[in-house]
Amino acid sequence: MTAGRKHYTFACRERSSHETRAWVRAGGCLTVWKGAALSGGQSLSDSVQSQSRASGADATSAGGGKRFPQDESRLLAALRAGDEGAFVMLVEQYHGSMLRLARAYVPTHEVAEEVVQETWLAVLEALDRFEARSSLKTWIFRILTTRAKTRGVREKRESVPPSINAENDPNQSAVDPSRFMTTGRFAGHWAVLPRAWEEDTPERLLLSKESRAAIERAIGALPETQRRVVILHDVEGLSPTEICNVLEISETNQRVLLHRGRSKVRRALEGYLEGEAGRG
Amino acid sequence: MNRDDLKNAVMDYMAGKLTCVEVVDAVTDYLEGAMGPFKWLRFQMHLGMCVGCRTYLKQMKQTIQALGRLPAEPIPPDIRDELVARFRTWKKK
Repeated sequence: MTAGRKHYTFACRERSSHETRAWVRAGGCLTVWKGAALSGGQSLSDSVQSQSRASGADATSAGGGKRFPQDESRLLAALRAGDEGAFVMLVEQYHGSMLRLARAYVPTHEVAEEVVQETWLAVLEALDRFEARSSLKTWIFRILTTRAKTRGVREKRESVPPSINAENDPNQSAVDPSRFMTTGRFAGHWAVLPRAWEEDTPERLLLSKESRAAIERAIGALPETQRRVVILHDVEGLSPTEICNVLEISETNQRVLLHRGRSKVRRALEGYLEGEAGRG
Repeated sequence: MNRDDLKNAVMDYMAGKLTCVEVVDAVTDYLEGAMGPFKWLRFQMHLGMCVGCRTYLKQMKQTIQALGRLPAEPIPPDIRDELVARFRTWKKK
């Protein structure tokens, strides 16, 4: 008992304020702490983060189950042993995701296809040297972004640069400013309240080809840097650490891009849903 | 301070002294657990008082859910077959 309490106090001191918040959100001290695996050099902060992501996943479902089977080591072994079925499974699982990510670097679908195929070859080349320090998925994405970046730079050099730099787009705000009061007692508060969406909106959006296309369009309309983070974080479910690994940007930078990207997607979906409601 | 001013001051405090603009700005920090505990508390207080921001937060969560479940384009059979062929070549080495 005493040993347990000492451990708890020690662990508490290691946490930063945001980890504390994630910890509380995850349902309280004993729940998370008991569940946190403190073995094998994993720090409490890592396990708290994964716990909060696990419970936060109920609320946000970022990546919604896109994490590939836990028995990745078995898949890896099968691949190295030359199991063709394993390779087909791998390819079918990730090809589409890789295409989407590549499109956040290169100008056309055709070039993206080329980059993805080159990536698969590079993956095979390097498979023996993969040390499983990261997940297979993260590793594959890393190879992809390295190639896509190079190819993207090459493509841009050979084409006319865009006249508007999307990153400096003045229309950066998450929500149209006219939605808020600017003067008086309620300055800064909603002028036009957002209208609640149906409870099952995520499911409904995924049901029809049209609405799925609307989401893809919204993603495609994002500036590339925001698109990459939204794809990796919300669509593919990578953790912030993994995203730092793949994109080589800081967590803070990531979060800013995620914020802007997500906000734009929400705004686009709001427009789409209200258009649909108008027609229906 | 007259009675209205007092009422307004109390309401502002009950809303965590945050405006809706500030809440919208901070929503990602909130969802990603990157908010300090004091701000988090104020954020929660604001949500308690503000249906607009509750709705906005819900929309954000729904957006993220939709993104998370987005299916990927299936691989065209000819490309898959070509990759399998490459795999076989690689295997032999």
